[in-house]
Amino acid sequence: MTTHVQEKLTPTKPPFWHDPRMRAILFQVIVLAGVIAFFVYIIGNTLHNLEQRGISTGFDFLFNEAGFGIIQTLIEYNETSTYGHTFMVGLLNTLLVSALGILFATMLGFTIGIARLSQNWLIAKLAAAYIEIFRNIPLLLQIFFWYFAVLRALPHPRQSWALNDLVFLNLRGLYLPAPVFGQQFWLVGIALGVALGLSLILKRWAKYRLDKTGQTFPVFSVALALLFGLPFLTFLAIGSPLSWDFPALKGFNFRGGIAVIPELTALLIALSIYTAAFIAEIVRSGIQSVNYGQTEAAYALGLRKNKTLRLVIIPQAMRVIIPPLTSQYLNLTKNSSLATAIGYPDLVAVFAGTTLNQTGQAVEVVAMTMAVYLTISLLISLLMNWYNRKVILVER
Amino acid sequence: MTAYKPSPNLSPPIASVGVLGWLRKNLFSSVFNTILTFFSLYLLYLLIPPIVQWGLINADWVGESREACSSGGACWVFVNVRFSQFIYGFYPSEAYWRVNLAFILLALLVIALLIDHFPKKHWIGIFTLVGYPIIAFYLLYGGAFGLEVVETYQWGGLMLTLVLAVIGIVLSLPIGILLALGRRADNMPIVKSLCIVFIEFWRGVPLITVLFMASVMLPLFLAEGVNFDKLLRALIGIVLFESAYMAEVVRGGLQAIPKGQYEAAESLGLGYWQSTLLIILPQALKLVIPGIVNTFIALFKDTTLVLIIGLFDLLAVVQSAFADPEWLGYAVEGYVFVAVIYWLFCFSMSRYSQRLEEKLHTGHKRN
Repeated sequence: MTTHVQEKLTPTKPPFWHDPRMRAILFQVIVLAGVIAFFVYIIGNTLHNLEQRGISTGFDFLFNEAGFGIIQTLIEYNETSTYGHTFMVGLLNTLLVSALGILFATMLGFTIGIARLSQNWLIAKLAAAYIEIFRNIPLLLQIFFWYFAVLRALPHPRQSWALNDLVFLNLRGLYLPAPVFGQQFWLVGIALGVALGLSLILKRWAKYRLDKTGQTFPVFSVALALLFGLPFLTFLAIGSPLSWDFPALKGFNFRGGIAVIPELTALLIALSIYTAAFIAEIVRSGIQSVNYGQTEAAYALGLRKNKTLRLVIIPQAMRVIIPPLTSQYLNLTKNSSLATAIGYPDLVAVFAGTTLNQTGQAVEVVAMTMAVYLTISLLISLLMNWYNRKVILVER
Repeated sequence: MTAYKPSPNLSPPIASVGVLGWLRKNLFSSVFNTILTFFSLYLLYLLIPPIVQWGLINADWVGESREACSSGGACWVFVNVRFSQFIYGFYPSEAYWRVNLAFILLALLVIALLIDHFPKKHWIGIFTLVGYPIIAFYLLYGGAFGLEVVETYQWGGLMLTLVLAVIGIVLSLPIGILLALGRRADNMPIVKSLCIVFIEFWRGVPLITVLFMASVMLPLFLAEGVNFDKLLRALIGIVLFESAYMAEVVRGGLQAIPKGQYEAAESLGLGYWQSTLLIILPQALKLVIPGIVNTFIALFKDTTLVLIIGLFDLLAVVQSAFADPEWLGYAVEGYVFVAVIYWLFCFSMSRYSQRLEEKLHTGHKRN
């Protein structure tokens, strides 16, 4: 009798398809097999198709002569350069427009975001209107607008718009005076470095003194004076080794100075205005996310309005602002690839566009282009994660 | 003994109530604010009158050709004449009713879904997702029920933009949900890492390179003789790209669901799919509706990029229209027209998401 009961109570092993662990393993094996089969199929087809069409594979084409010119190059480049050079030129142009775009978009975005929270009703409404208008219009349309409708309507070089005969704006581009550095100008750079080092030391010393004695020190203004004053004094001391190269009309076009091509101008304006609308919203929500109790507490401690802002609100708001801000920077970098639509020679235009058409090596070219953007994304997200860990709220 | 009679309250100072009070408080509260106010007024004065003058007062509205544009303002005649091309692309004009019908039907379904407490709502939802696409396909493409086939290269204008956006939205959401679930599947490391790689890859590259890939590499990937049409290739690119973004939005919602919900579902004896479909997803999706709508808005704006691979969406049609020598020099009018259309769509979507956010925001709210 007892043995019978015992027998009944022995746990029966469920069939393996009811065991969640077994099921997980089975499912993963199926998925993995599917993915591998998919890739095998694709790679097989691709190799077959490439052979059929007589397209060579591999990265040897990077050493072949490109044979086309590029309208804006930051490094030495001409028709006889290789496709590898083309890649570098495109990459640098992408980085240039992204860096400048990030700079302008941040300045504009912070201004608009703070204006959005202004006590002044009119300013707040204007900022809101700016955000709602530019956020809801496709970026490509904005780029086209600035390029085809605004910059194309500028006068010819002979009727350029001039600002004091220093800056000229016309159909061919924007012409700015270019600085020409003298022989000893590097000393100014050294002075700037020294000033930077001194400021850092000053900051640590001020913190040390604050912790020790409770006395504050105007670090910011002193450091600012140091950063501007020291290089400037050096500059004067070594006899102002700086001259300007002014653009001047010679024949049909301007020579000298820095020429900014209209493609770059249009792209920069559109990218900055578009991204600034998003940054403004991020700044607004960041500042609003700081609980009003924090402000009240700061006032109760006797801090003034600007100190409250600087010491209490902004540090806490930045924690909310920085992550989405970085992703906007990333978006801007990726969106700069729209350059190809107006012919700004960025990576996508010269490499995934012209180079791909000339060589036909679609797989390699698209892969390299994507790899560049992926690398930038990964670098920025690594940086982001590091920052996040640093500022994460330590809770009880 | 006289009873205590309080004297009447003094009326507030005249400068602190009414219009005057409002002005003082909101526009002239300090010297700096006063300067800002005047600066903004000046800015508005610089912007608004010329725009109104150009766009409305001096504009020409009706006519047949550019000769009708003589007032010096905006030439809306251009938009007027090309209107049907902007909307339908190169779709044969005798078949416009098919496009109209398809989109009116869609609009009715969407409106029915947006109204609270509309009767039989979930049946309408199922019909929109299952029945409607089939009807729309036969209406737009034809090939059955006596409708003539209209090849996709004839599609264009606003109609193509809407087709791309609607299909992109409808397909990217379920794929995104699956990817998000996969990314959260801690008991399946291989599936999890595949999902992470997929999501991070598509999020790390610009849409243009994805479209380039779809248009030049996809034909290489397929077996010989199999050929996708251009629209389908662009759609594949868009769906892959947007589903990665959608996955991240949905993941945010999944992460916000407290662990107790999972445990409660498990203790009721629900399996993975039951608890996911009945307990987790309804709550998680509700949380991230604003995020989903924002992704929709981004997708809608991103559809303009298809012009780079040679599809004629709204922007591309307008762009090519003013390359026509007949209408040279009316680029601004064309761009303003396109901008207004996009703006209306995106703005109404974002307003809807804000309203939802307020409606769903049942927690504590402090200002």
